[in-house]
Amino acid sequence: MRIAISGGHVIDPANNIDAVVDVFVDGGRIAALGRAPKGYKAERTINARGLHVIPGLVELSARLGEPGYTHKGTIASETRAAAAGGVTTLCCPPDTLPVIDTPAVVELIHQRATASGRTRVVCLGALTRELKGELLAGMGGLRQVGCVGVSNARVPIPNTEVMRRAMEYAATIGMTVFLHAEDPWLAAQGHVHEGATSTRMGLPGIPETAETISVARDLLLIEQTGVRAHFCRLSTSRSVAMVAEARRRGLPVTADVSVQHLHLIDEDVVGYNSLCHVRPPLRGRRDRDGLRKALRKGVVTAMCCDHQPQDRDAKKLPFDATEPGVSALETWLPLALRLVSEGVLDMPAAIASMTTAPAEILGLEAGTLSEHAPADVCVFDANVQWVLTEDGLLSHGKNSPFLGQTMRGRVCYTLLGGVIVYEAA
Amino acid sequence: MTARDLQINEHGRLQHFITVEGLPRQLLIDILDRAEGFAGLGGGRAVKKVPLLRGKTVINLFFEPSTRTRTTFELAANRLSADVLSLNIDASSAKKGESLLDTLRNLEAMHCDMFVVRHNLSGAAHFIASHVAPHISVINGGDGRHAHPTQAMLDAFTIRQHKHDFRRLSVAIVGDILHSRVARSNIHALRILGVPDVRVVGPHTLIPTGIETMGVRVFQDLEAGLRDVDVVIMLRLQQERMRGALLPSTSEYFRLYGLTEQRLRVANPDVIVMHPGPINRGVEIDSAVADGSRSVILQQVSHGIAVRMAVMALCAGSQTE
Repeated sequence: MRIAISGGHVIDPANNIDAVVDVFVDGGRIAALGRAPKGYKAERTINARGLHVIPGLVELSARLGEPGYTHKGTIASETRAAAAGGVTTLCCPPDTLPVIDTPAVVELIHQRATASGRTRVVCLGALTRELKGELLAGMGGLRQVGCVGVSNARVPIPNTEVMRRAMEYAATIGMTVFLHAEDPWLAAQGHVHEGATSTRMGLPGIPETAETISVARDLLLIEQTGVRAHFCRLSTSRSVAMVAEARRRGLPVTADVSVQHLHLIDEDVVGYNSLCHVRPPLRGRRDRDGLRKALRKGVVTAMCCDHQPQDRDAKKLPFDATEPGVSALETWLPLALRLVSEGVLDMPAAIASMTTAPAEILGLEAGTLSEHAPADVCVFDANVQWVLTEDGLLSHGKNSPFLGQTMRGRVCYTLLGGVIVYEAA
Repeated sequence: MTARDLQINEHGRLQHFITVEGLPRQLLIDILDRAEGFAGLGGGRAVKKVPLLRGKTVINLFFEPSTRTRTTFELAANRLSADVLSLNIDASSAKKGESLLDTLRNLEAMHCDMFVVRHNLSGAAHFIASHVAPHISVINGGDGRHAHPTQAMLDAFTIRQHKHDFRRLSVAIVGDILHSRVARSNIHALRILGVPDVRVVGPHTLIPTGIETMGVRVFQDLEAGLRDVDVVIMLRLQQERMRGALLPSTSEYFRLYGLTEQRLRVANPDVIVMHPGPINRGVEIDSAVADGSRSVILQQVSHGIAVRMAVMALCAGSQTE
């Protein structure tokens, strides 16, 4: 189908475009920007005057509920939420049930995603079998069926020897290792940042060192093994400084932060607000500001939303008994725009952190409006205001700490491979 | 919802009693004054009942074992003429996998008016208060490491019996501050009541991060911490603290932090010694001190009834208006 998106303000960071231009889609791909190709006749024209046109967003971590946790979400429900959030590529971490440590699980997820047809879904394979941190998972086989990287998800690998060998093996087959830095002993019983707030609330805390010690260890092993590595969801200023230093020395390391960690801090947990229970925990104001600065300076290139839908029961318990995570796909773009309005990032940098940067980390041909690229496009209105309600969320998970808040910016159209998969009512 | 919004209703009255933190000074004074009235009732002999909670049902919901707290709550409710039911949830539905909210809904259906809750998780009482039907009051009988507000009030009551002006006092809280809900509630209560010098004393492993922000001074050395204080509150040292590498042994703990007559010499001559119980003789406190003339430990227990009556009466009062 030939779709022309006319009169919109196009931001395509990969090509340094930040201007009002027309976008012409043909055969599932971007046919041209600016002037229509010879003989192009649009079958449908989207009037994007006053709207922004950007590449479809690329999410580094979305838990979809399937397989194993369909009471929290399904591939159908969560990809619908993704499309409504302008997200066209999702990366699914391996902590499903069963774990993504065999090709069969990957194929199952791919099949259901294709059936849903609303977003592309790629998988991270397990780094160790069943994520137990003992035996290597069959990474080669996982790669063959399309896994874009390997990870032990949020399950720590305390055995340094296993971590070293896992990195060496991943390096051998050229896969990026996605790391969640958390020392299992220091994090132990904790669910919140260790500091004055956790002390006051009487909640066991997770100290900053639970993350920094693990980052330090992993950086040394990355250096030794030469593996390409990505640190997921860094939460402290100290750890981004360590990653910055490693990048300066030329180590093949990238990092992301979640949009929640760029807005919220440990004090938001006061009142035992389980919707603010996330992992790694929300840190103090200085850490939040440090993460913002790291993103602005390009030390951290990607901002993700770390989507994790939860069933109601999982959040309706005393704080320490609740499960972590935020249903985040549908608030990602407005919260990114909030960073723009707060002066943390300019608009092109914010869009880059959600498109080109994560696509590059995942090694995908996505996140751009280059000619011939797949026509994954998000068209949004940056000015429309709306209030976030449970009913308004398409995700099965209603667990958002931003419920009741006014959001600014809303997706109008999402195109996946040249097909309109979401159109605002 | 913040604790203050949860606890104080739209008329400015106490709806739930979850934590002392953030409560106005006058409210604490009201509780103490009210308790004083109740303390005089029995005259130490006959149990006199007042009809303030007649026709009301109080349920003690204990998800964690307790003798002292549960019994004094029962007695307090009895003396207010309420019907009391004590449930040890640990042994019943919690083990059958019934969720906390389901348990609550069931109890609500039995038309009760007040829950006294003890739970091993911090924030449990807050959670319950946020989810109960609006006519029910929740009183926190201790939640995790977070709060034990009635203990703090009975400690304040005991202090007021012996010392007249909170605003001239030095109080040392000694021991396992990290795991102690009593310590946290005491700190809030004493600071709100105007005590200018609240100290916490213990080894680094048992002092939680950032405790200074609650308005206390931290001492690692017991003698320095006890110097010139008017009140010493000793905390119970759980035997399981040896695990997790927090302490080497109880004997070493006693050597460094155990309260003895000799150690007490640096305190003010009229110092009083308190302990929320149950005490570990020879671990955190020497028998000579626990049973000595400066100990007010048993008075704390009997004040517990009057103070809990006062809290229950205030909460019930907010319901009838």
